[in-house]
Amino acid sequence: MDYSFFIVSLVKTAVVFAALMTTLAYLQWVERKVIAHIQVRPGPYRVGPHGLLQPLADVIKLLTKEDLVPPYVNKLLYVGAPFLAITMALLSISVIPFGPEIRVGGTHTYMQLTDLNIGVLFVLAVSSMGVYGVALAGWSSNNKYALLGGLRSSAQMISYELPMSLAIASPLLLSNTLSLRELVEKQSGNLFHWNLLSGPFPQIVSFIVFLIAAFAETNRVPFDLPEAENELVAGFHVEYSSMKFASFFMAEYANMITVSSMATLLFLGGWVAPWPAKYGSGLVPVLIFAAAGAIALYHGVHASRRRDTLSFPVVGIVFLGVAAFFLLPVVQEWLLPLFWFCAKTGGILFLFMWIRGTLPRFRYDQLMGFAWKFLFPVAMANLLITGLAVALVS
Amino acid sequence: MDLILFLVFGAIALVCAVNVVVQRHPISSAVSLIGVMGSLAILYLLLGAEFLAAAQVIVYAGAVMVLFVFVIMLLNAGTEIRQGQSFTVQLLGVPVLIGLLVLLAFLGRLLSRPETMVRFGDFHGGGPKAVGEALFTTFLLPFEATSVLILIAIVGAMVLARKEMD
Repeated sequence: MDYSFFIVSLVKTAVVFAALMTTLAYLQWVERKVIAHIQVRPGPYRVGPHGLLQPLADVIKLLTKEDLVPPYVNKLLYVGAPFLAITMALLSISVIPFGPEIRVGGTHTYMQLTDLNIGVLFVLAVSSMGVYGVALAGWSSNNKYALLGGLRSSAQMISYELPMSLAIASPLLLSNTLSLRELVEKQSGNLFHWNLLSGPFPQIVSFIVFLIAAFAETNRVPFDLPEAENELVAGFHVEYSSMKFASFFMAEYANMITVSSMATLLFLGGWVAPWPAKYGSGLVPVLIFAAAGAIALYHGVHASRRRDTLSFPVVGIVFLGVAAFFLLPVVQEWLLPLFWFCAKTGGILFLFMWIRGTLPRFRYDQLMGFAWKFLFPVAMANLLITGLAVALVS
Repeated sequence: MDLILFLVFGAIALVCAVNVVVQRHPISSAVSLIGVMGSLAILYLLLGAEFLAAAQVIVYAGAVMVLFVFVIMLLNAGTEIRQGQSFTVQLLGVPVLIGLLVLLAFLGRLLSRPETMVRFGDFHGGGPKAVGEALFTTFLLPFEATSVLILIAIVGAMVLARKEMD
């Protein structure tokens, strides 16, 4: 048996896991900062510079808190539910491709843990299992608020899974594959090969339907009915504390990353640059980081506070260093695809936070009516039109 | 490797299946049933039927069982109380069950032929493309008939629910 496969897989798993956990922790910091700035306040500021060590402090706090198990709960399911939620949330990352085939030393490998030829279905299956984490947590807590939260979440997630699946089906008709890697390879070239804009029928409607359903699937504002504070205290996780509470939190953020990656892969061409490298798409990250470095250096020279004369030049030099790193031909092969993937996924994640800072919560009957009476027919019509267009062209 | 995985997940499926009957609380039974569905999906995967495995998880574990759990939670069904069993059941239950299982195993052994036995890795027609082709060419009529049947069931459920409301 070839052992290099195991070693490569182990290394890749370790790298993806470490990167994912760091992203999870810092995504929360980014969200707090974004919402704070929307509400014109500084956000976390005390722990480290600009609150950069806040995630670390939060992890320590959550780990050392008392892990309370109320005496009236169903023990097995109460302990199992957060475990189930976080497992299902992390599992779907394993089929997400972050970049093309790369060479490390002598071995060729894909920037993806595993490529299934049913990758899209795998993500759908795992995310549909994620409902149990929330539903069983609500039921096993033996608390009326938690039960109501669990009931709401299961009804909401079943309802929104339908428009979501239909919205996913339309770009699949254009690409004619279920493997996430092939899906991206079919969209390579330029902006107008992405499923969002490509012929015969651009998938703009289905992209929007997918995003709306994704907000509901991840229980985010404006669809966060399962944990509506003013009605249900905290919803399904009202009885949870310490790491068990943190598991639900991490699961929510991991699900956000998964659906954002799925939107990127299905509609926005994954790691493909918006225009070919021969017209200079490889210089975009260099320019962005160089501009950020230059701005920091400028403010370091014309500092308004004394401590800025020291801190801003350091930040500026770091950014310029990153820009120079992007110019190295050795790393460009894997760094540029990774940059585009992270940029697109990050953009959608920012949209999540922006909407959380902007929109109020739905009423429950509005939420269900919206899914069944509006989103579902729209997704269905879009699928039919796409099918017709594909059949006419081919 | 295939054999070990088959034994492990077959055992999990069996234990969960027995647990469905043994558990007294409806939620515990439902959770065990989800375990059965999940293990079955992995057995399909071992046999090379990838699409079927994904459909098994999405449809049965992800949709049907969520509805079961939802209804149990909504009705807040409590623990079942074991009714007083008759003397005959207590005496004969286990021996009759074992006898039945032995009979089933014997029949299965009698009816299966070695040349039609399933071997891991032999089957390659389990991808989405092969399943789709089979559904829309060879089995088109049963497929369409099933869709009409499901449509009738949905409309029937709507009509019945509406009658209750009036």
